[in-house]
Parts: sequence; C-alpha cells; structure tokens
Amino acid sequence: MSSLEFNGNEIAPPPDGIQTAVRVRGVSKYFGKGEQRVAALQGVSWDVYVGQLTMIIGPSGCGKTTLLSVIAGILDADEGSVEIFGNDVTKMNDRTLTRFRAERIGFVFQQYNLLPALTSAENAAVPLVIAGWSKSRAIEKASHVLNSLGMGKKIKSMPNQLSGGQQQRVAIARALVHEPSLLVCDEPTAALDVESGRTVMNLMREAALRADRAVVVVTHDNRVFDFGDRITRMDDGHVAEVRDNVHAPAA
Amino acid sequence: MYWIALKMLTGDRAKFFGIVMGLTFASLLIYQQGSIFWGLMLRTAGQVTDITGADLWVMDANVRYVDDVKPMLESNLNRVRGVEGVEWAVPLYKGNGRAKLNSTQLVDGDPRAKKGATLKVIEQVILLGLDDASMVGAPVPSKMLAGSLSALRKPDSVVVDFTRLSKLYPGEDWSLQATHKKPVNTLKPDQRRRFEETYGRIPVDGDGKVAFYDLFLGRDFEMNDTRAIIVGVCEATRTFQSNPVVYTTYSRAKNFVPRERKILSYILAKTEKGVAPERVATAIMNQTGLKARTSPEFKADTINYYLKYTGIPINFGITAMLGFLVGTAIAGQTFYNFTLENLKQFGALKAMGATNLRIVGMILLQAAVVGLLGYGLGCGLGALFGVLTDGGELAFHTHPITLPIVGVAIVAICILSSILCIRRVMVLEPAIVFRG
Ligand SMILES: Nc1ncnc2c1ncn2[C@@H]1O[C@H](COP(=O)(O)OP(=O)(O)OP(=O)(O)O)[C@@H](O)[C@H]1O
Ligand SMILES: [Mg+2]
Repeated sequence: MSSLEFNGNEIAPPPDGIQTAVRVRGVSKYFGKGEQRVAALQGVSWDVYVGQLTMIIGPSGCGKTTLLSVIAGILDADEGSVEIFGNDVTKMNDRTLTRFRAERIGFVFQQYNLLPALTSAENAAVPLVIAGWSKSRAIEKASHVLNSLGMGKKIKSMPNQLSGGQQQRVAIARALVHEPSLLVCDEPTAALDVESGRTVMNLMREAALRADRAVVVVTHDNRVFDFGDRITRMDDGHVAEVRDNVHAPAA
Repeated sequence: MYWIALKMLTGDRAKFFGIVMGLTFASLLIYQQGSIFWGLMLRTAGQVTDITGADLWVMDANVRYVDDVKPMLESNLNRVRGVEGVEWAVPLYKGNGRAKLNSTQLVDGDPRAKKGATLKVIEQVILLGLDDASMVGAPVPSKMLAGSLSALRKPDSVVVDFTRLSKLYPGEDWSLQATHKKPVNTLKPDQRRRFEETYGRIPVDGDGKVAFYDLFLGRDFEMNDTRAIIVGVCEATRTFQSNPVVYTTYSRAKNFVPRERKILSYILAKTEKGVAPERVATAIMNQTGLKARTSPEFKADTINYYLKYTGIPINFGITAMLGFLVGTAIAGQTFYNFTLENLKQFGALKAMGATNLRIVGMILLQAAVVGLLGYGLGCGLGALFGVLTDGGELAFHTHPITLPIVGVAIVAICILSSILCIRRVMVLEPAIVFRG
C-alpha cells in the first residue's frame, strides 16, 4: 500500500495484519459566519485502526471534540469524507445515519448523561430499546454487561446513588450493550479521581481488544495517556502527530 | 421506548405534580365556572322547570321570559280552550306579594336581637296562584316536605318554599334544619335539648323521622292585609332573584296582591295525546294572537334572555378564560421547563440513534398522560364540589357539554406546550452531548 497525501497530512498505511476502522479524508468543519468564522477542522486526514484504543490529545480548542463528533456521525463535516468500516457516513441521509449510529456506535460522555429516573440496568439498556428490543430482554442483557463491568450489585441503583466512577461504568455498559463497531468517548475520566479513571480506561482497553471494534478516546488528562495504543496529537484544527505508544499496557 | 418517557416524566415527583396540578387547576376552574354559570341559568327558568303537568305556556305576545309577566284578560282562557288539539287549559297567576309578619327571636347568640325579641319582617315573595280545581303547577307530592297540597283548599291557606323560609322567620333555630328527615334516635343530646327548649317538642313524622318543617304548619302572616296560613312546606327550584315562593290558589291570589285590572299571568295548557305541542302552539298563536311556547321552548327563551341582556355569560366566560390562561401558564411553563431540563437527555438519545419521530412520540405521550390526569382530577374535583354544595345556596349544574369543553381546553394547553418542546427537540443537534 502506498501512502496517501491530503493537505500535507501523511497517511501511513496500517501495519501488516491491522485493518482500518475509520478513514477520515480531507475533513474540514467551520463554525459561525464572517468575522466569527472558526475553522475547527482544516482538511484532516486520519485513520483509526481496528482492535486498538486510539487517543486524541491536544490543547483546548484544537478540534478534538469536533473530530470525534464527525466520526461518530453526530456532526456533519463541511468538506471531505468519513468512512466507518467501509460505510461513508458523509453520504448518508438523516434516517440512514441515525440508524447507523443506533446499530454501530457507542457513546461515552464526560458528564455520563444517564437518565436520572432510570436504574443502572434500565440506563444501560437504552440502546437496545432504541433498537426495538423488549424492555425485559433489554434489561436482562444490560444486567449481564453491567455484571461483567463489576457493577453486578448496582443493577437496581439510581444514578444519584452511584459515585462518579460507578456512573461512568454504567455509561460504558450502555455504550457496549449493543456491541457497537466504534466506541467514541469524550473526556471520560475528566470528572473522575485517579483510581476511577484507571478503572474506566482499563475497561475501555478491554473493550477495544476485538477484531471488529475500534475505540477512540478524547482526553486531556495526561494521567491516562498511556492507555492508548496510538496517540493522535491535534493542534489548531490539524492532526499534528500520530504515534504508536510503546508504553501501552500489554494486551 | 415509551416506558422510558413515562419514567422520565414521573421520575421527578415535584415537577410531575407541578405539571399535573397546573392542568388540574385549569380543568377545575373551567368545569366549576361552567357549572355555576349553567346552574344560574337554569335557576332563571326554575319556575318553568317546576311546573310539570302542562306542556304549553300561553302568554301575552310581548312576554320574553318567565319573570316578564304581562297580564291578559281572563276571557283568553276560553279562547285557548277552544283551539283544536288543546285538551285542557288552566290559569296561573304569577306576581310579587309582600309578606308581613312578626317573627320571635327564639335562640340566643344572634347579634340582631336578644332572645324573646320580636322581629318585624317584611319580605317580597313570588306568589303563584294555581287553578283552584286542578292545582296544575303545584309541587309534585315528593317535593312536599311538610303538610299537604290538598290543604290548599282550606281558606287563607298557602304553601311556602323551604329554601327561603329563613328569610320569613329569621328568629328560628335554623341549625336544626339539618336534622330534617333524620331518624329521631340519631339526634344528638344537644339537638334534642334545643328542640325541647325552643319548641317544646320534637316534630316527628309517621316513619319516626324528624319533621323540622312541621314546626311552620299553622303559622300565619299577612299579604295585602289578608291573612295567609301556612299549610305546607315544599321544595321549589331556587329562583334567580332568590325570593321565597308562596303557592296558593288562583282565586285567592287576587286577595294577596293590591287590586289589578287583569290578573291572568299565564295559561297552562295540555295538548291532546298524539298531537305535537309545537303544532298546537302555532295554532294557538294563529287563532288568539297570544304567544304559546312549549315548556322547553319557554325555558330556552328565559335562559336566552338572561344570556343576552345580562353580563353574566361574559363574566363567567372571562373567569373560565383566566382559568385556561393560568392553567396554560403553569402547566405549559412547567412542562416546557421539564423538557428543557431533559434537553441534554434527549440529545443523548438522539446521538444514540433515537429518531425525531420517536422523541416527538415520547413528548406527546408525556403530554397526554399529564393532560389526562389533569382532566380527570379537575373534573373529578369539580364534580365533588358539585356534590358537596348540592342543595345549598350555590347554583351548580354541570351541562353535559362542560366535559368536552374542558377536554378541548386541556388538549389545547397540552398541544401548545408540547409544540414548544417539540420544536426545541427537533432542532436539537445531537452534537450538543459532547459540549460541557
Ligand atoms: N457549536 C459550535 N459553535 C461555534 N464554535 C464551535 C462550536 N463547537 C466548537 N466550536 C469551536 O471550534 C473549535 C474546536 O472546538 P472543540 O470543541 O472541537 O475543541 P476541543 O479540542 O474539544 O477543546 P476542549 O479540549 O476544550 O474540549 C473551538 O475554537 C470552538 O470554539
Ligand atoms: Mg472537547
């Protein structure tokens, strides 16, 4: 394979035996108009590999969240294309894209975004319910996933009865319950103490170790950089550097 | 998906109750104002409703409503009897009398007079003179609380309506009124004592029940310097003016009011079997030049008159409208706030692949649930209010159309507030879930 060239970004071919999960080519995103116009992404070309945890780091305002939103299919790019496991999300209409997200993408948010009126199991079951599962089957499956994340005792707890780390684990269960191909996480450890942050990142790494999944984590929490297999550093709307992380814990 | 919407709705108890209360309040206010309004309107036609034996009212051509009496010559009675389709026709006198009497203050504790004092009472009454022979227009037997109708044949006799009896006899122990028709053995010792001390006896009917109104039988008062003796107490529909109603015979009624040239107020007629009253009414109008109305028509005429020429409907309309607006403000506002607070959650659901249609469905379901609860509670409380105030001073009658009107108002409130919420959620970018 030859390297592709886009706006000066060198795209190296994936190492042998590794497949590309997300293929970003020449993506630009602008916010605002006229004087206020901000180029949040400027011709970004970038790959995410299957079976890995890819980390996006960089200074505040450099476009990390914007890039994550674009590859998650919740924000339209103004230019360029985004392929997720071979599906070009920039060419999908709204309905197809919504369905694609429901089936293929898992989300973890900084503020957890759990529904306060639902129990852990009910919260974790939401993606299955969106996919049309019955309530009881969805909750059963969600309870299984919670169990595997060490939250078996908290299945019936309400979010306000859980610590931040526990809430984030419920959120991870929710992100994984429908076995998505791509897991996107924005600052998942920002609101957590060191210990909880490590637990959460370990769970993410485990989730990534599958031949049919990729995990992308945006963070500026330097305590957890080392959990990434590959680290992408962004600066001012560009991908400034992509490197393999030699310090990553052994798989 | 919909169970999630319901859990979201009821999850925050305080907010949930806030929304439901707002809608309940709006329903209750509209229901209650509508019912009081209709109750008042029915009272305006109370005397038409009360007279059941006849089905036609014949009157001077210029009469617009039941209290708008314009006396006719008595010769008209025979002209009406001559119209084909009329089985019988009888006279009715309706006018205002002035009752004068001395009432003794029988109980302590009244600020107006000491016990034993004599109260001079002069009260305007509505005087109804019924056909001497047939007594058409008299209260039905089940509405007699004391004495009997047939006693009206005795000289000077009258039957009075119980609701305003207290206006004629302010000195009585009216707190004992509530014991009427209660079994004597259920009387409290205090009530027994008050009966004994004030009246020297407990009036009892044949079934062993307290007959409070028997205390008034045989009492007399004066109208137009003529003695009137009470031989019965009845239950009449309250009138709009709220004056006591006094029944007597047509021939005696003449003596109870100052001399007038014409005293025939109405002719009550019955149509023959198998003939439509409307047809006979037209025939009477054509042949006599008098106005003839069926009972329902005359009732409607009377209510319409009050609707048209008094400000009552506008006043009630404004109050009901205020209820609607306040309800919209409270419920709409809380519901909208509720959605705003959940905006982030809705955003997350959208990001996770819930379609707009699904989310709109969730919001509509939430609106429908609070709307239904508010409607049910409001109308239930309204009905309870009606039951509790039944038989009291308050005019309260729920017209069947009240329920759909309240329903439409509540649906409007729910739609208005959910449209606002739906707009917000529709334009919501799922990308907001990644913003702090
Ligand atoms: N919805 C928006 N409207 C206007 N400008 C936006 C919007 N979203 C992002 N931006 C701008 O785009 C740029 C990139 O924002 P982005 O949120 O991607 O940065 P970030 O790297 O995630 O920053 P942080 O580390 O603070 O979260 C910033 O200058 C930001 O102000
Ligand atoms: Mg960010």
